[in-house]
Amino acid sequence: MATSTVWVAIFLFSLVLLVFAPIMTWVERKQSALMQNRIGANRASIMGFKLLGLIHPLADVIKMITKEDTVPTGAHRFLHLVSPFIAVVPAIISFAVIPYGGRYEMWGAHVSLCVADLDYGVLYIFAIGSIATYGSMLAGWAGNNNFGMLGSIRVSAQMISYEVALGVTVIGLFMCFGTLKLTEMGLLQQETFRLFGFLEHLGFVAHGTKWLEWITVPMWGIVLQPLPFFMFLTALMAENKRAPFDTPEGESEIVAGYFIEYSGMKFGLYMMGEWIEVVVISALLTAMFLGGWSLPWVNEASMIRSWTPNLGPNVANLAAMVLAVHVFLIKVIVLIWFQMLIRWSMPRFRYDQVMNLGWKILLPLSLANIVITAFGILIVQEVTR
Amino acid sequence: MRTALFWIFSAAAVGSALGVVGSLRSPMNSALSLVVSMLALAGLYVLLGAQFVGLIQVMVYAGAIVVLFLFVIMLLNLRGGGASGAESQPITKAIGAIVAAGATLWLVRRLAAGRAPWPDVDEDFGTTRAIGEALYTDYVLSVQVAGVLLLAGIVAAVVLAKKKID
Repeated sequence: MATSTVWVAIFLFSLVLLVFAPIMTWVERKQSALMQNRIGANRASIMGFKLLGLIHPLADVIKMITKEDTVPTGAHRFLHLVSPFIAVVPAIISFAVIPYGGRYEMWGAHVSLCVADLDYGVLYIFAIGSIATYGSMLAGWAGNNNFGMLGSIRVSAQMISYEVALGVTVIGLFMCFGTLKLTEMGLLQQETFRLFGFLEHLGFVAHGTKWLEWITVPMWGIVLQPLPFFMFLTALMAENKRAPFDTPEGESEIVAGYFIEYSGMKFGLYMMGEWIEVVVISALLTAMFLGGWSLPWVNEASMIRSWTPNLGPNVANLAAMVLAVHVFLIKVIVLIWFQMLIRWSMPRFRYDQVMNLGWKILLPLSLANIVITAFGILIVQEVTR
Repeated sequence: MRTALFWIFSAAAVGSALGVVGSLRSPMNSALSLVVSMLALAGLYVLLGAQFVGLIQVMVYAGAIVVLFLFVIMLLNLRGGGASGAESQPITKAIGAIVAAGATLWLVRRLAAGRAPWPDVDEDFGTTRAIGEALYTDYVLSVQVAGVLLLAGIVAAVVLAKKKID
């Protein structure tokens, strides 16, 4: 049996962590500057080279690491120390189930582009994310600060509220795909269906009509479940606590909220956790709704087969793998950009608005979506039989 | 490997469970011990092959219910003080100690009789699909009864929380 390897996936995982997170701080600054008609980060330089401000992330890290690490009097020292780690570690390990591509066979080795292909893939991310709540909650409490405390209370209320909606919104998608595995979802999204195929099944058009084959639609999650895509994105953004859902930090009301008593790299860890979560959100949405690592209307297996005569099986697999990773990362980057766009164009929601959106809009809509999806699946099964 | 993990998780579960009742001074420490205990239990479930149950344990108990406990502790700002009256009743303590000792003794005797081997389950066991099929075929009545119970709970919560019923 050929050996199976996940080293490529682990490499990509570190790449995303080490390269995306710092560059995103730069992108965010430049994008917000553009949107607000400013210039943005442009001061940090190494011997006169400014590189469009790309050195700023480096300067940030040096500043954070060398800053004094203060622990306020009356703080719970142990919890004050571990809270940043509880916040950042779940965000990092969420990547374990995200598939950057399928499985490829080259030079006698099976390369899997998913670190841990778990049976309950998406649920793992939800479970890990619910642990991350403690990182923010305990931070405000441990610092012995009233503003921090208010931030903690807000953060726990918000995260619990949106966790419910988060899980319920995507049940419709699970029903469509019949799996929780992100790799299987990726494979299923490579299929296509005929947009007007129902005409044939209902008997309006003769069986085997040619033009029905012309208009096909890729079976992406966003095509099957358009509304849940946006509801899921909303719930995920609320879980991440960035603007417009940043009432827990609310600078103008409670200074910095739950991480008010943190300085230096501990504060940096909270920032890092938020940015990593932005990447996790984008990767999750890509894998579940936007076709994962595949191009629309392209079935990867047949693509590799068609390349094999010219390139040989090994190179064909390698090329397909490289293509898959690029497609996946480009989709992720577009979604990151979209999230930043939302962040810099919306004002902060008031606290009651956040709660109303979660409980009175997202939750009922997602419950209704389950019922509608169930009926839809039943009808499709009856008609196509 | 499996046995070593079993002992680690068991020690964490028992130790943190003791921490829940032991730390009367600080409700926060109690609640956090409870989280560790829940996580350790989830680890034990996964070791036994019940991955889905373990995951739901993390998601629901460690990730949501104890968060609510913490939320209440923070909201009421229970710092120190401890549960009033908990120390002042030696009889309750004595009864608790006797029951716990008896239970431990019984457990140790049962365990000494022979150690059960690791369950030999097939690959499908404990997966989402297997549990879903079991729940919606053999145990569908239980699922529906539980659903009705939860609905009653939700309605009750709404009635209690509403200031004025119109």
